[in-house]
Order: sequence, then structure tokens, then C-alpha cells
Amino acid sequence: MTYVKNRLRRTMMFVPGNNPAMVKDAGIYGADSIMLDLEDAVSLTEKDAARMLVFKAIKTVDFGGAEIVVRINGQDTPFYDQDVKAMVRAGVDVIRLPKTESAAMIKKLVADMEKAEEEYGIQKDSIGVMAAIESAKGVLNAPEIATATPLMMGLAVSGEDYTADMHTHRYPDGRELEFARNMVLQAARAADVYAFDTVFSNMNDTEGFYRETKYIYELGYDGKSLVNPRQIPMVNKVFNPTKEEIENALSVQNAIQEAKAKGSGVISMNGKMVDKPVVEKANRVIETAKASNLIDEEGNYIGE
Amino acid sequence: MENKVKRNLPDDLMTKMNLKPFESVEIGNPEVKRVAPKVQVTTGESKVVDSLEDVIKKTLKDGMTISFHHHFRNGDFAFNKVMNLIIKMGYQNLTLAPSSLTGVMNDTVIEAIKRGVITNITSSGMRGSLGDFVSHGGLENPVIFRSHGNRARSIEEGEIKIDVAFLGVPNADPAGNANGQEGDAVFGSLGYALIDAQYADKVVLLTDNIVDYPNTPASIKQTQVDYVVQVDQIGDADKIGSGATRFTKDPKELKIAQTVNQVITNSPYYKQGFSFQTGSGGAALAVTRYLRESMLKDGIKASFALGGITKPTTDLLEEGLVKKIMDVQDFDKGAAASMAQNKNQQEIDASWYADPHNKGAVVNNLDVAILSALQIDTNFNVNVMTGSDGVIRGAIGGHQDAAAAKMTIITAPLVRGRNATVVPEVETVVTPGDSIDVLVTERGIAINPRRKDLIAAFAKVPELNIVDIKELQEMAQKQVGIPKPLEYTDRVVALIQYRDGTIIDTIKQVKD
Repeated sequence: MTYVKNRLRRTMMFVPGNNPAMVKDAGIYGADSIMLDLEDAVSLTEKDAARMLVFKAIKTVDFGGAEIVVRINGQDTPFYDQDVKAMVRAGVDVIRLPKTESAAMIKKLVADMEKAEEEYGIQKDSIGVMAAIESAKGVLNAPEIATATPLMMGLAVSGEDYTADMHTHRYPDGRELEFARNMVLQAARAADVYAFDTVFSNMNDTEGFYRETKYIYELGYDGKSLVNPRQIPMVNKVFNPTKEEIENALSVQNAIQEAKAKGSGVISMNGKMVDKPVVEKANRVIETAKASNLIDEEGNYIGE
Repeated sequence: MENKVKRNLPDDLMTKMNLKPFESVEIGNPEVKRVAPKVQVTTGESKVVDSLEDVIKKTLKDGMTISFHHHFRNGDFAFNKVMNLIIKMGYQNLTLAPSSLTGVMNDTVIEAIKRGVITNITSSGMRGSLGDFVSHGGLENPVIFRSHGNRARSIEEGEIKIDVAFLGVPNADPAGNANGQEGDAVFGSLGYALIDAQYADKVVLLTDNIVDYPNTPASIKQTQVDYVVQVDQIGDADKIGSGATRFTKDPKELKIAQTVNQVITNSPYYKQGFSFQTGSGGAALAVTRYLRESMLKDGIKASFALGGITKPTTDLLEEGLVKKIMDVQDFDKGAAASMAQNKNQQEIDASWYADPHNKGAVVNNLDVAILSALQIDTNFNVNVMTGSDGVIRGAIGGHQDAAAAKMTIITAPLVRGRNATVVPEVETVVTPGDSIDVLVTERGIAINPRRKDLIAAFAKVPELNIVDIKELQEMAQKQVGIPKPLEYTDRVVALIQYRDGTIIDTIKQVKD
């Protein structure tokens, strides 16, 4: 596996790293990214076992083309060093650092990864990193964290720890997370990395889940963290482009083809120049539409 | 000799028991002869007796064949009441021919075998301690496993000759009119027992609820019944079926169920007036729910649902999405209670349901059947009888019969625990691959290469990941490795019949 910076990441499904049955089947639900967890989901007595299980799983299990992220234990724990070494050696796609509060922490992680890469003869820069922002300090330092390394894949808001740090807790309307969500998203966009929203853990509140997912989609988030595979189709539904968006994106792509054919550096559509952000948006729409089977091989709309 | 699914059958046993090897899933149009029971003429108004012992004494002789039904499942009190007396009275050399054996009967059957009371068994299946006992050579003569349809056929054609049928019912009038729908231990359809009532020489009803004459609807009729025995309690209603059927939350089961629904709704059979059988179990119930959503969305109604029935299916009947239920047994309280309330829930006997030697059984009118598997191999042969240790722990039920449907779907996870479900060769062939059309696993679907029409239809559906069954088998093997082959002795402990009575496989005694 090699880290791919730009890809579709609508869903990041958390899987406890100490549960063999769940790890084995993690690839069947169509998550864009799978986050194998060595941290919060694993009790202190099972840290070593989980690390070994995840190591073997990365090497042997078919995850169905999903990106594999591993959440290691924090830098203030005795498990951190071994987690980094084992995951580098396993050849994971992305390492996620919990409780990130500064650029220095990310720089330390990258330095430790480089050491491990050297030790195990792994190609340098083949593994990405991401930062979980879980505190007030982390939120305020989000811009420097996002730009700490060229290997940065993205930032994720972690609502539970953050609200505790803010002397509050989570409410259904999510207003307590407003600043953090916007701050992290701004920092991610400015640094050209991905932004992930926090988990929604009440599986019985389908309506609330849709409301929150729609909200973060409208803010501009790339994806959402999930605790249950049943949430994957729900997130995809929210992130699916409309028929109009798809048709527009297809027109943009046609305009690009035409410009290329003419050898022209300027892309124009309906007499107007097409800017880079529009081209990038069109590409994202087409990629999402393909992943959700909304267009066929030839690019025709087949959704309902 | 080797049969058409490449199973080696012991020549001496085949000759001695006058058995034929399995040839084909095509039944053809043979002319068959049915038998009729002996009738002891009676004009007595009341057949009610207090002493079960007296009835046994009057009706049973050493060497006879006795039968029971399993509609009470693990809430059955009738079987043990009768068998314990038979054991106590010192009978020998009986053949036990129930519609199936449930866990609550195991200890009694084992004791009866040890004392020489029971020396032959035919059943749909067996599980737990009894399966273990038989697989370890506890019974001298091989058990004959028959599907529900095949049992009806065997009784009709005299291959099973029932001398005395002991049938527990939740109600009966003094003349013997009875049904499964009213009383304390209600199980709904009496489907399997109706054949016994029709063909046994002597029919003994056991009930804790004698009602006024004439008792209607009469599933079992006074014309068929010799004795009505009054007992304290005939069954435990709470153990007949799972109380409220719960919708599974297991994401893997849900994923499989969703895929099954996509297979159904994208098949050529999914149209106005189609028919289906879903069976029981987590994934099957979830399929019913997904199918309901699709039928509502597409404005499609089914002409009938068949089989073992669950509450989600009777809900579809209430909602008008299914016009009729053809009901041979009910798996839960809700479905059982529904039969008394809805005239469109038709009780059918095992012959009407699935007898292959019939002038048309309902399974022949069935479009889609969804069935499970302990193992399925790369030839699509299915095992629902023996576990990964080679020990008997299952039942044919209606598996071979429902596979007569126009599209038979097997649902199975790729692996269970550390055992592969999709294997190079099943331990025991129960349902031949020629009658299986689609396998649905969590990693993709495999289509029987013989079904080019389905391959073409499903290739157009982007959500369906079509995989060669050999690839699925390799995926499973990659996860769990190659197990050491099981070790058996040469002794045959059970024969598996196909629905037409031919032998499709044998089960050997496991080596300790």
C-alpha cells in the first residue's frame, strides 16, 4: 500500500483493533477509509495484542480497496513508540495521531516514522499522517498543525474529548462544536488537506444523524467519522451529487477535453472561462458519482 | 457405486436396503402408486380416553413404526410423554418416523436407543446430543434423513408405513376434529402432521383442551382419528417459537440481506404476482423487510409467500403486499396467531407443499427461494446436515424441496469463526448444486454457470459484485487456511435421501 494524497474520503469507519471478527470484515461495507483503532477502543491490557492483530490484518486481510488508517496511542503513552514502528513496518496508508495540539507533535511523529522507515527498509514518505483535534489548544493551533508536514492527509474533529475540554458536552443541535468545526475546516482548506467531522454515536437517531451529516456536508467537510457500518450508505446518500451537479460536471469535463483537443490552455464553457476550483469541483463530483454508481462507464447518468 | 454428485455409496448397503443412487434433480413424469391405511371402523361418539398406557397397549406391537410431528418444537410435551411410557412398557425394535426431532426430544431418544426400544429412525434432521450420539455410532442401523416433501412422498408410497401416529394438538373435540390454532399451546399450521393423520393405521391425538363437537376448522378430521387422549399440558407456548422476532442488527447479516434483495428485485421473476419463500433466521427476516420496502416503492405485490412462516411475512399479508400465504408451519407466535385471524393464510400439508411425486406441489409454482447453508462447494452443492467436525447437527427441512423454485438463492457468510463456508467440496451433499442458482455472501455473489440468463441480468447491476464461486472459495481459504481432512470409520450412520428417494450421500461414523 502506498499513501495517495487525493482520493474519495466520505466515510472513515472506526474499527476496534482488538476485535478480530470486525477487523476481518471491515472491508465489506464500502467505507472509503477504515480506521483501525489502537487507542480508545482498546483496554490497557490488550494494547500489545491489538497492535499484533492490526499488524497482521494490514498484511493479510482484503479491505476491499479502502484506505487503511491506524489510530495509534498518544505520544504521552508508553505504547506510542511501538505503535509507530509496527504500523510503519506493516505498511499502513495513514497514521492518525490522537490528541494533536501542536505542529511539533506532528513533526515528532514524522521524524519517528522516518526512523522506522529507515530501520525496516520502507520507502520514505510512503505513509501519510493525519491529526485528530480533540482540545481547545488543538483547535486554535489547527492552522500550524495542518501545515506541519507535506505528508499531512487531513484533520479530524473529535467531538467527545473536545467538548469535555470546553467544559460542556455534546448536544443534539451541535452548537457547542460550531467554532471547532469551522476552525478545523478553515485550517484544512487553507492547507489543502482533508477535513473529517466527528462521530455520531446514537445509532437509533437516524433523523439526527442525517441532520448532522447534511450540516457538515454543507459546511464543506470531505467526510464523516463513523462507528457503525450501517451509517455508510446514509453518509453516501448525503454526499451524492444531484443530477444537475453531475450533468454540469460532465459539461466541464467535456470543455476540458475540447480545450485539450484544440491545444488551448484556456477552458471555456458557454462563453465563460472555467477556473481551477470549478474544474476541481467537477472532478470531485464525477468521482463521487462513480463511487455511488450514479453514472456508468461511459459517463451517462443512471441514478434515479 | 458413485452417484451423479460423485459420492461413493456402499454397494452392500444399497443392495441390502434396495436403494437407488441419486441421478438428477429432474423428477420427470413417473406414474406412482399410493397406499391406503387400514381403517378400524368406529361409530363411537367419543374417542376420549384417560389412559395413554391403555391406548399404547391396544395399538402398539414390537417392531412397529411410530410417528410424531415437531410443530411444538422445543415446547413439545407430547413426544416425551408417549416415548417414556413406551420405554417403561418394554417395547422393542420400533422404528421412529417423526417429521423431525427437536432438542427437547434428544435425551429420550438416546435412552430408547440404548434400551433397544428404538432401532430405526427416519427424520428431517437431528441436533445436539442425539446428533452426536448417532455420529459416534450409537444406533446400529443407519438413520434415513428425508426432506419434508420426501417424507410425504415416502408415506404416500408406503416406504414409510406408520402403524401408530401420536399427534399432539392444542385442541380437539371428542370425535377427533382438531387444529393448531386455538388453545394454550398454539403453533398455527399442522402441515406436517396432516400426512400422518391421513396415512397412519392408527391415529392417537393428545390434547389438554377438549372442546365442543364439532370443532372447526378441522385440520385433522374425525374420519382419521382413533383415540383422543386427555393430558395435563401438551406444550409450552413460550418455547414453540421465538416470541417477538427481532430484526438483526448484525451489519454483516444486513449486508447479505440487502444483497439478496437486490438479487431478487433485479431478477426476471420480480414482477406483479411473483412468489417467494424466505425461511427463518436473522438474514431471512431482514430480507423480508428490505423486500417490503422495494415492493412498496415499485408498487409490486406478490401472489403468495410459501413455507415456514414468520411474523414479518404475515405482516406483509396484513399490508396487502402478499395476497396469500401457503403455510406448512409457523416459526413464531405472531405467525401462528395470524392463521386464525386471516383467511388468506392457507394451511397446507407437506404433500401439497413439496411432494415431488405429486400432481403439482406448491414449490413447483414458486419463483424465488432463499435458503441457508452450513457449507456450499464450488459445484454449488449444499450441506445443511453435518458440521465442520463431521457430526450431525442439522435438518434437511424443506431445503431440497424449496430448491425446486425458479431461482434458488443460498445466503451464507464466507467463513464462520475459523471455518470456511464456501469450500472445495462439502462434507455432506444434501441439496444438489443443479438446483441452486445464486450464492450470496458478504464479499459478493456467485451465479451457477448454468444460469446464463441470470448472469446476463445481474451483470447490468452495478451494486452486485459478481464473483466466480471458486474465487469466493479461495478468499475463504485465504482467511482460514486448509483444514485437516476429517477422519471417519467405514461405518455408515446415516443416509441422505434426495426428494425422490434416491441416495444423494451418506454420513459416516466420526473417528474419536
